[in-house]
Amino acid sequence: MSDNLLFLLLVGILAGAASGYLGSFMVLKRMSLVGDALSHVALPGIAIALTFGINPMLGALTALVIATFGVWYLADHTEVYPEALVGVFFTASLSIGLLLTPEPDLLEALFGSIDKIGLTDGLMTLVGAIVIFVVTFYISKKLLLGIVSEDLAKSQKINISKINLVYLLLVALVVALGVKFLGTLLTGAMVIIPAVTAKNLARSIKEFQLLSILFGGVGSLGGILIARFLNMASGPAVVLTAVVFFVISFIFRRK
Amino acid sequence: MKILTVSGLTVEFNNHVILDDVSFEVERGDTLAIIGPNGAGKTVLFRALLGLIPYQGKITWDKDVRIGYVPQKLSIPKDIPLTVDEFLHFKEKNDDKIREAMESVGFLKKSKHLHNDFRVLNTKMGALSGGELQRVLIAYAHLDAPNVLLFDEPTAGVDVSGEETVYSLINKHKTREDLTIIFISHELQVVNQFAANVLCLNKEKVCFGPPNIAIDKESLAKMYGEDFHLYKHHE
Repeated sequence: MSDNLLFLLLVGILAGAASGYLGSFMVLKRMSLVGDALSHVALPGIAIALTFGINPMLGALTALVIATFGVWYLADHTEVYPEALVGVFFTASLSIGLLLTPEPDLLEALFGSIDKIGLTDGLMTLVGAIVIFVVTFYISKKLLLGIVSEDLAKSQKINISKINLVYLLLVALVVALGVKFLGTLLTGAMVIIPAVTAKNLARSIKEFQLLSILFGGVGSLGGILIARFLNMASGPAVVLTAVVFFVISFIFRRK
Repeated sequence: MKILTVSGLTVEFNNHVILDDVSFEVERGDTLAIIGPNGAGKTVLFRALLGLIPYQGKITWDKDVRIGYVPQKLSIPKDIPLTVDEFLHFKEKNDDKIREAMESVGFLKKSKHLHNDFRVLNTKMGALSGGELQRVLIAYAHLDAPNVLLFDEPTAGVDVSGEETVYSLINKHKTREDLTIIFISHELQVVNQFAANVLCLNKEKVCFGPPNIAIDKESLAKMYGEDFHLYKHHE
């Protein structure tokens, strides 16, 4: 195994594990598709970054953070049904992204590639994953209580709105981390699939979170190896590996 | 000593008046029942008291107030893998205190039935019966030693066990600590039995005072209509 592959695997596992952890909350919040749609916003960010020669991950992150504030504000301050909004807003940004992205880069931007992951990306993923794990762990109880009962959380003086914003920003970060591997169309999948896989098997929240992290990491590991040796796009490889785990977990699920 | 003063409380949703100019006071250690027909604004009053919704008027809690809130229900999806133990840990780190709270709502250290002793801690919240969930919610409310308990009764009366009702449980707590209890009830006989004071609500305050005085023909008519007959279980 070359050093490069080891490096890629490490970066991939970190991004996958962080996605899995955050995804466990996303699934409980019944917001799975929001995570998926949110990832589409990354594309215009990547396009603009490519045009100006900036790291695409940073471009994606910037676009995602802006979109996250938008989603959070609208969900909190308007009566509009968020899913409808997300549908309109995110497909619009995907379309804009498609127009803006230079053609040679388009396929990669959409479906991911492991060929262009450099040291900077690796470092960003490492730092990002640490931030995600630490902050998520810190807000985990409040976030979960908010999911179980917003009234109960508020009656304990927990600022649910703030917690939700922090959480959504973390999701934006994790999507940005996954964007190079998985592409903008598929990076949302790694937030959802490991978590629903874990949910099939978990008997407690703790198990649920640990399994989500595990399936996220292992899915990335398997997918990247397959992508490398079969010479295919890493996005579909990782996502399909994760789906295989899901199918197995579905067969053995706890009822 | 007053622990709660409400004056001129008005709540509107979309230009719909839900609560209209409601004023009352609650003494420390009092047990106050809130009754009224469906849609009278009982739960809305609770939500205002908890500061969960915007309102006009004034709600003043005493400075040292610590509120334990028992909601009517939790909207937990059945499939969420959250155990009772994990739920209680949202509020309390100490396992002993959690066990103490569980004991105080009638869960035993050991019993024949799986859900009647501490083994219930490892059960998923979604697998609990209505009565079990009520007890867990009451235990949760008790965890940080509140001095006010806001209890929103589930619409369908849930029996906690064969003999005990949720109210006898609450009553047990009452003798133990200097606790102010405000509860929403749908059953008048419960009010007569457990409450020192009652607030009759139908958008506006209909009556207030000790149940045997405040609940008269007139106030019942204002809440439930002229045809309402006070039913009492024959003992």
